Amino acid sequence: MKKYKEKVMQMVFLIAACTSILAVALICVFLFANGIPAMAEIGTLDFLLGKKWRPSNDIYGILPMILGSIYVTAGAIIIGVPIGILTAVYMAKFCPKYIYRFLKPAVDLLAGIPSVVYGFFGLVVLVPLVRDTFGGDGSSILTASILLGIMILPTVISVSESAIRAVPESYYQGGLALGATHEQSVFFITLPAAISGIMAGVVLAIGRAIGETMAVIMVAGNQARMPAGPLKGIRTLTANIVIEMGYAADLHRGALIATGVVLFVFILIINLSFSLLTRRANR
Amino acid sequence: MIQINAQNIHQKLRTYKRSPLSLVLLLLVVSATIITVSVLLFIIGYILVKGIPNITTDLFAWKYTSENVSLAPAIINTLIIVILALLIAVPLGIFAAIYLVEYAKRGNKLVEMIRLTTETLAGIPSIIYGLFGLLFFVTAMGWGFSILAGAFTLAIMILPVIMRTTEEALKAVPDSYREGSFALGANKLRTVFRIILPSAMPGILSGIILSIGRIVGETAALLYTAGTVAETPKNLFSSGRTLSVHMYVLSSEGLYVNQAYATAVVLLVTVIIINWLSNFLAKKITKG
Repeated sequence: MKKYKEKVMQMVFLIAACTSILAVALICVFLFANGIPAMAEIGTLDFLLGKKWRPSNDIYGILPMILGSIYVTAGAIIIGVPIGILTAVYMAKFCPKYIYRFLKPAVDLLAGIPSVVYGFFGLVVLVPLVRDTFGGDGSSILTASILLGIMILPTVISVSESAIRAVPESYYQGGLALGATHEQSVFFITLPAAISGIMAGVVLAIGRAIGETMAVIMVAGNQARMPAGPLKGIRTLTANIVIEMGYAADLHRGALIATGVVLFVFILIINLSFSLLTRRANR
Repeated sequence: MIQINAQNIHQKLRTYKRSPLSLVLLLLVVSATIITVSVLLFIIGYILVKGIPNITTDLFAWKYTSENVSLAPAIINTLIIVILALLIAVPLGIFAAIYLVEYAKRGNKLVEMIRLTTETLAGIPSIIYGLFGLLFFVTAMGWGFSILAGAFTLAIMILPVIMRTTEEALKAVPDSYREGSFALGANKLRTVFRIILPSAMPGILSGIILSIGRIVGETAALLYTAGTVAETPKNLFSSGRTLSVHMYVLSSEGLYVNQAYATAVVLLVTVIIINWLSNFLAKKITKG
């Protein structure tokens, strides 16, 4: 009887563990089954490379949105990654304990702020700021990049920090012994040794930025046209889904789900490179 | 860090004179950190200063009307969704972690699949979860825009968080506990439930609290699953907006900016408390 109970519970644990396999399978099946037919009906190339998105005329090209997502993400990386890595270096190698005790929760909090709150902050602070400083109407690639740059900071910082900490202390000491200053030793010996871990953090940040939805919608302007410059508005893949899903029907709805499929494939590629990089960093 | 090259300020200055690059690097590092911290403080400060004066008792009135965009229904909806999602995801996540840590054999193909898919789930953006929830729970299961569909969608989203934190907490329990329990004649199941789980509790709780934070802050996954109706739900199949969705709707309508500020304050304070609690519990396990 006891043995029996043990076996049953082990099965229960196993089944619970398989939930994530089931979840991923269901997500793939439902996204692809609903998105691929629409993509085929529109024509895969017309869909992916079409420069016009006009649902009212049954023209569905998502190239503007693909480029929008890429530009905004690139901007966020340019802004967020250097600041993030430098902050991580400070936290891992420069900062005294009493400052660290304050910094670490601060970074965690930065990760915990909901994206609507970031979006709202962007809307009431960054949009007017960009409008007044650079012109244009404020809702632009630049604004979205700045906001996303802030939002990816905690990801970049925490992954880079642990990568830097994982480098053996003897590397750093070797640098000092050869006459390097503290800064030289950290930047030219420890940091290069941590590079694949840091790259993994950057890749993770790319995933976050490309998948971010609410904050981007609130500051990017959302015009479904080809990118026209850093001070012009843009629509990302994620924004496209949220903005039009509420009233879309038939092929339009299918096209939006197919937009989700494209985003999903992007994310899968990014995730795959992330796990390859972390595996290499751990070796 | 051990101070191998502990120097006084004069020696330090002399070093920087010899190697100006070091000074530049130091300044870079310090200014990046200052930027990070001041951005955080600015966001929090700005929202609090602008928002707190807008918090009125009207905002917590029982009913939502277009004259008084009350938060109360949204808060209640948020609570219901948090509880439901946790009820679904916590047992699954903890059981899954128990399997991975206590039962699974190393190098098992199935275990590798589980790890790979859990990692994948953790990386999927919330809008994809929202889309899936819309296709599966709302449409295929026929639940419509409902609290239940929202809760199930979020349960899948927080599953990897709970699994990972529980796994780490279980791994942190020393093997001597397990051996001691076996030596006293307890079987594996008893050991897991009576010895290992209680000692791992603070870590597990910190993961649960972290996922509450995720749920409270979530918008994109809920817009097309739980919907945007600003009322307290009659049953699990009625639609209801959470606090974050409420805030998004308010600020995108653009008519209730002051109320949006107030909602932002409520959200921020909740998140700050949640973060503090989770850190507090996480520290408890590292102390042992």
